[in-house]
Amino acid sequence: MKILVPVKRVLDYNVKPRVKADGTGVDLANVKMSMNPFDEIGVEEAIRLKEKGVATEIVAVSVGPAKAQETLRTALAMGADRAILVQTDDEVEPLALAKIFKAIADAEQPGLVILGKQAIDGDNNQTGQMLAALTGWAQGTFASAVNVEGDHVSVTREVDGGLETVKLKLPAIVTTDLRLNEPRYASLPNIMKAKSKPLDTKTPADYGVDTAPRVKTVKVSEPPVRSAGVKVADVDELVAKLKALGVHS
Amino acid sequence: MKTLVWVEHDGSAVKDATLAAVTAASKLGEVHLLVAGSGVDAVAKEAAQIAGVGKVHVADNAAFGHNLPENIAPLVAELMASHDAFVAPATTTGKNIAPRVAALLDVMQISEILSVEGPKTFTRPIYAGNAIATVESSDAKLVLTVRGTAFDKAATSGGSGTVEAVSAGGDAGISSFVGAEIVKSERPELTSAKIIVSGGRALGSSEKYQEVIVPLADKLGAALGASRAAVDAGYVPNDYQVGQTGKIVAPQVYFAIGISGAIQHLAGMKDSKTIVAINKDEDAPIFQVADFGLVGDLFTVVPELTGKI
Repeated sequence: MKILVPVKRVLDYNVKPRVKADGTGVDLANVKMSMNPFDEIGVEEAIRLKEKGVATEIVAVSVGPAKAQETLRTALAMGADRAILVQTDDEVEPLALAKIFKAIADAEQPGLVILGKQAIDGDNNQTGQMLAALTGWAQGTFASAVNVEGDHVSVTREVDGGLETVKLKLPAIVTTDLRLNEPRYASLPNIMKAKSKPLDTKTPADYGVDTAPRVKTVKVSEPPVRSAGVKVADVDELVAKLKALGVHS
Repeated sequence: MKTLVWVEHDGSAVKDATLAAVTAASKLGEVHLLVAGSGVDAVAKEAAQIAGVGKVHVADNAAFGHNLPENIAPLVAELMASHDAFVAPATTTGKNIAPRVAALLDVMQISEILSVEGPKTFTRPIYAGNAIATVESSDAKLVLTVRGTAFDKAATSGGSGTVEAVSAGGDAGISSFVGAEIVKSERPELTSAKIIVSGGRALGSSEKYQEVIVPLADKLGAALGASRAAVDAGYVPNDYQVGQTGKIVAPQVYFAIGISGAIQHLAGMKDSKTIVAINKDEDAPIFQVADFGLVGDLFTVVPELTGKI
């Protein structure tokens, strides 16, 4: 079984996003970029399925600028077998991404597509579900456990208040949540090896997908700023402040 | 504009998150509801009472029993032929279903809206709330999810919706529900709790977390949280994590105990109404966002607080 793993290059999760002064977006010039953490979990899960003998090949895909190659090389260094860069400098919305991934899925015929549940820049949480709709496949979103059993996959999902398990017919779409696994670090020899693994470059037009945005960003602004409050001297003063707010046992 | 609001329920009662979605939808136009499930008469009756509701579409079918998006999304897409906007609460169920609906309709969804600025214009958080985007849709129909903490809850009485059965849809035959483990704890859920008590790395061990953090949470009927550092150090399970890659919370009161206030953590809790920080380092960044800060040794201060509150 082949596994398709989409990965996105995003602002590193440890960097504080700064809104540009002209309100057009978040400043991404000269800041550290990394693989979206949820996608990293997706790559790790695919590798584990390969190590278990369930998967035979892992194809990493990224839609983004030329620099997204670095993100794909990271996936290859972790253990993906080959990569496809769908190169564009435009910001591509989840719906158009799902259309590109659908076209790739048609060509590659994977048994599973494992995506991050959301990217930590746009926080849309849509692409996996949209890809499932377009392919007509079942979806196991926010996964904390994935078990392939014959022609089905059973996915344990993190839902409000607990966990839920669903059984999906393959091929299927899985989106990852935090508890699914802890991604490995690529070793130096694997980083070197990744440099010679195949990486194809395509464009959205190669897949016949129009990436013109449907949603226009009118402006991006700073959230309301929280100002520091007061320092209290001791527990008694804190208790008094809390009681004034109606907080007590 | 005719809106169709997804009613989230547990089979017997309407869940609160639905009520915020109704408020958001009412800013767009006429509010119709969809109650899908198996044996949902009681839920439909309750839903019809929600203030401002017009029609309540009821799809009662075993295939809709467990909110499987493979079965629900085609049903919603069909109902959308006579509606202009699909509105769902941004819960795990809403987030699972709405994008599948959007793609079936060839619409770009707008996720987790915070406000309605115009018929097609909304604000929504990006970068875990570190920036707020104002966005405008150009699609013919809208698909929205609604952040529950951003809208008032619609009143649960006073409405007189008319209940109408829908016969569309069925089992797509590609997915099935196996089981659920829903935590039946006395403790409120992290994402809906009024008070959260979170502990950080300064606790030093899982035992100290239990000894210091849990009693305060018990006393206040609060949910338990933790910083990523505390989770990575193994003091508490992963699902306690508040932060950019964990849970985004906005309680009335948030206690950050022994948490320095890394960007990662602040992104997950800075929308809390009141933040209380207890830390021995007076220069800790957490104090820059705290309403009440107490500089002190958490191992003595927190038990004292627990005793006196």
